[in-house]
Amino acid sequence: MTTLTDPPKEQFRLSMLLYDTRYRSATIQVIAMIGFMLLAAWLISNTAQNLAALGKPIDFGFFSEPASYDINQRLLDYSSRDTHLRAALIGLLNTLVVAVLGCITATVLGVIIGVLRLSNNWIVARLMTIYVEGFRNVPVLLWIVFIMAILIETLPAPSAFRGDNATASMVLGDSVAVTNRGVYVPEPLFSNSLGNIHLFGESSLRFDISLDLMAVLVVLGAGIWVSNFIRKRADRIQEQTGDRPVTWWQRVAVIVLPTGLLLVLLGFHLGYPELKGFNFSGGTHLRNSLIALWLALSLYTAAFIAEIVRAGIMAISKGQTEAASALGLRSNKIMSLVILPQALRVIIPPLISNYLNLTKNSSLAIAVGYMDITGTLGGITMNQTGRELETILLLMLVYLTISLSISAVMNWYNESVKLKER
Amino acid sequence: MKKSVLLGALTVAGLAAGAAAAGTIDDVKARGKLNCGVTTGLVGFAAPDSNGEWKGFDVALCRAVAAAVLGDGNAVEFVPTTGKTRFTALASGEVDMLARNTTWTFSRDVDLKFEFVGVNYYDGQGFMVPKALGVSSAKELDGATVCIQTGTTTELNLADFFRANNISYEPVPIETNAEAQQQYLAGACDVYTTDASGLAATRATFEAPGDHVLLPEIISKEPLGPLVRHGDNEWADVVRWTLNALISAEEYGITSANIDEMSAGTNNPEINRILGTEGTLGEMLGLDNQWAMRAIKVGGNFGEVFAQNIGESTPIGLARGLNAQWTEGGLLYSPPFR
Repeated sequence: MTTLTDPPKEQFRLSMLLYDTRYRSATIQVIAMIGFMLLAAWLISNTAQNLAALGKPIDFGFFSEPASYDINQRLLDYSSRDTHLRAALIGLLNTLVVAVLGCITATVLGVIIGVLRLSNNWIVARLMTIYVEGFRNVPVLLWIVFIMAILIETLPAPSAFRGDNATASMVLGDSVAVTNRGVYVPEPLFSNSLGNIHLFGESSLRFDISLDLMAVLVVLGAGIWVSNFIRKRADRIQEQTGDRPVTWWQRVAVIVLPTGLLLVLLGFHLGYPELKGFNFSGGTHLRNSLIALWLALSLYTAAFIAEIVRAGIMAISKGQTEAASALGLRSNKIMSLVILPQALRVIIPPLISNYLNLTKNSSLAIAVGYMDITGTLGGITMNQTGRELETILLLMLVYLTISLSISAVMNWYNESVKLKER
Repeated sequence: MKKSVLLGALTVAGLAAGAAAAGTIDDVKARGKLNCGVTTGLVGFAAPDSNGEWKGFDVALCRAVAAAVLGDGNAVEFVPTTGKTRFTALASGEVDMLARNTTWTFSRDVDLKFEFVGVNYYDGQGFMVPKALGVSSAKELDGATVCIQTGTTTELNLADFFRANNISYEPVPIETNAEAQQQYLAGACDVYTTDASGLAATRATFEAPGDHVLLPEIISKEPLGPLVRHGDNEWADVVRWTLNALISAEEYGITSANIDEMSAGTNNPEINRILGTEGTLGEMLGLDNQWAMRAIKVGGNFGEVFAQNIGESTPIGLARGLNAQWTEGGLLYSPPFR
């Protein structure tokens, strides 16, 4: 009979946490985690204590107080008797407006400039280089202030349009007034309006949805859908018979005719701006603060996007271009059908971060008095209520939410264009 | 056990951080400099002159406090603040006091946790328009574009005034007086509104001040005064009584010219107490007995400071009006030095 002795049973000792490589990394991580949490706890408790010592505990009650200040650019109805929450909402919409306008303009400009920078035309390519380097290397705040100063100092004041010997006149058939207070453009009006749907009653988040706009969008959408259907049918016929039926007039007609008919039924007409009292009234007023901010952000970000587009195009091997031209494609077709679709995969990820930058840079709006969310919630509201910590924390949360939303949408788009591996 | 020691240490650290905010007078003495929050530039009230030296009505108060506490009217670090940044600068301890034409209101005093120590200029909100506009009353401003400094009480008064009179306007928010001036002169706004004293000071810097008029309406009470953080009463006392010393000095005829003579002793015990030849008022404040004498000496009494910076002989040309001594029909009334 053999006796088996158990292998010495290894007992867990505390020192093994440090000397045994099996446990060491976990130990270090736990210690680091505890250290981090203590630091965070200390910061929070210190803040809370100091605020309590100052007699200002964290409190969001100010949101339901009347804001008492006016905001010039408001997409929803707002008066100085509305709450701080409503003022923050108006500011948020203003931020979103300039961010969306800026992203679209910057992308269009950036793609054009990026492509032109690779042009074989020496002067065009050099001009684009100057543009990119000029905008990229000067802080965007200076561009914002500079454009605003140009708008204010060079354009005529509304009073210059007045009287018999007016020194300024409206452009585009007396429909658009360009002044140093902004640009007044005609606004769409409906004489047989369907009215609005009013949501959220009298609360701070109330808003109206224009039924006219909804109706136009629905009809327009339906027209585009039918038009796509006609195109697919034409594709099918072409595949079967080799002849492509002429459908362009059908496709245009299904979009234009119903929409036009609806507009006539709704009594669509344009409201022109006219000089009345101190200012132009009627029409849509694009304030120079919006224009300056929008232009500066777009031009600045377009310089970065141009570089991204150029990098994306140069990442596509020259063989692709040569192969496409060997097939007989013209150079603009090569760009739009062969190069750009492949370059998009390289372009989109850095493009996302430029969209995020543009959105965050829009908080420089206060330099020109554009009432974005930093100007309302993080500016006047903070100043009038003295709730620095609360407003800044909320502001950070808002920008975080906007940025994450943009990232999510762009990542989804990136998924849809990336190389499909089969 | 260890954890509780750590938490205890953290609590002590937190308390120490809280307590540090309360001895401003010791901080100032230890630093050897007074950090004084002023405007970013409003000629007559606070603006750097051609040599880069800060001059003005509010600046003089900072210098008086520095002279009282540190013995040197130049031991001041001027921190330019905008209407928006001023309160955060004071609350965070970046500045020891604000002398920045700030209106004393209930919510700033109570809710924002500041301590207004007095009033150095009784003001009201007015409107300035170009003469060419042909406007004679603020009630004719329906539809006008109004330049307004953001983060001020004037912003709120403006909204209230136009709403109460049922007329509309287009606010153009701007950050500093200089930007407002640029927009107003370029015609980007029809009207500039702020405290009447600020309007007069701004107009004085224009190339053609005569082309602009101040409308007769004064739409609000704007008592402007220096302020400190709430809860540090010793420091508040120092600033309050420095201001009172300047006002009393004018009342009793102590000027920068005769102060040396008077500090030898007079037969008016109140003057003697102010100048420290009698009593121990300075020690009660935690300073020495010559504190008020130094404060008055640095820029003169209230009347002299007013006349030098914003009075009728200066381009700004403000009359004393409400800001005369109570003995001359004004509102300046210092409590007795006793």
